[in-house]
Amino acid sequence: MVQLTLPKNSRVQIGKTWPKPQGATNVRKFKIYRWSPDDSDNPRVDSYFLDMDKCGPMVLDALIKIKNEIDPTLTFRRSCREGICGSCAMMIDGINTLACIYGLDEIKGDVTIYPLPHLPVIKDLIPDLTHFYAQHASIMPWLETKTNKPAKEWRQSIEDRKKLDGLYECVMCASCSTSCPSYWWNGDRYLGPAALLHAYRWIIDSRDEATGERLDELEDPFKLYRCHTIMNCAKTCPKGLNPAAAISHIKQMMVERRV
Amino acid sequence: MADVNRGNRPLSPFMLGQYYRPQLNSVTSILTRISGNALIVGAILIAWWLLAASSGVGYFDVVDYMITSWVGDIVMFFSLLGLWFHSLAGCRHLLWDNGFALDMETSDKLGWGIIGLSIVLTILTALIV
Repeated sequence: MVQLTLPKNSRVQIGKTWPKPQGATNVRKFKIYRWSPDDSDNPRVDSYFLDMDKCGPMVLDALIKIKNEIDPTLTFRRSCREGICGSCAMMIDGINTLACIYGLDEIKGDVTIYPLPHLPVIKDLIPDLTHFYAQHASIMPWLETKTNKPAKEWRQSIEDRKKLDGLYECVMCASCSTSCPSYWWNGDRYLGPAALLHAYRWIIDSRDEATGERLDELEDPFKLYRCHTIMNCAKTCPKGLNPAAAISHIKQMMVERRV
Repeated sequence: MADVNRGNRPLSPFMLGQYYRPQLNSVTSILTRISGNALIVGAILIAWWLLAASSGVGYFDVVDYMITSWVGDIVMFFSLLGLWFHSLAGCRHLLWDNGFALDMETSDKLGWGIIGLSIVLTILTALIV
């Protein structure tokens, strides 16, 4: 259902303003969402100030600097720092992206950082992605075959392999799904762009032999058809992929197989 | 994501405009919804006008006065804009549903296209009619 406000316990309050660095000339303000399960306070936005002459170029560099030097309680996920693990997805400057590959120079003015939108918060910038992962698992993200196993590998032509380009690169960071208004409002039943992009990745895999079953699974008013081509997913994908196009192709296959 | 597994946990902020950045694609999408719903008002007014015309001169004069008054003109002008915008946005949906123009760059260009064209066509229609 359409929802335009936050529940009472989720409304964001003004938080603490942390001291500015001494003797710095190039200072930048960071407004960061905070929430801890250890007290009963509402979420708040804390303000931090960093000396940009002593900070790395990426948003993740700033977060790590804040955690190391100002406030060790600031909590966020990160791992590879090169856009391949998908851990540091968050809402930065109003869009979902990966903190490690989003440059601070791409943002004008203060840097605002929130967790991925419309998810339960575990702590600070860490949302609960349990449901998101369960939806991914539900589309059977593996090769389904019926014929006998070949002696060596399942072969695929170069042309068929090319069909997977633009799909296999997804790192499951959840930026796309949590940027989608339809997913905010119907995410309990609508699978969302990420899971559907993965579904399409297996549907068009020439080696997969469960195409019909996969399409049957998606033939549902919510799972697939809550996509209204808003395209926030394609706009925000930090890997430059296009889940909206993948979803549209699934819809086309649904029509084609009925004719 | 609704309230799956939420417990006491807060829901992270999401609202378009207040938290998530409105972009051309999402704005044109919501405008398609809004124009579609707003057109119900225009459609009801037109139907009322036609019904009045078929029910008699006296009643028609009253309704005709309202619909052709300056308030009625403004409502009709924006209904026209809504109609053009909604129709053009519908054409873009037809393209998308047939697998065309799905890359971000083209669909954004079409987004500006439907905004510009709906304004031009509304002014043209208002001048001609």
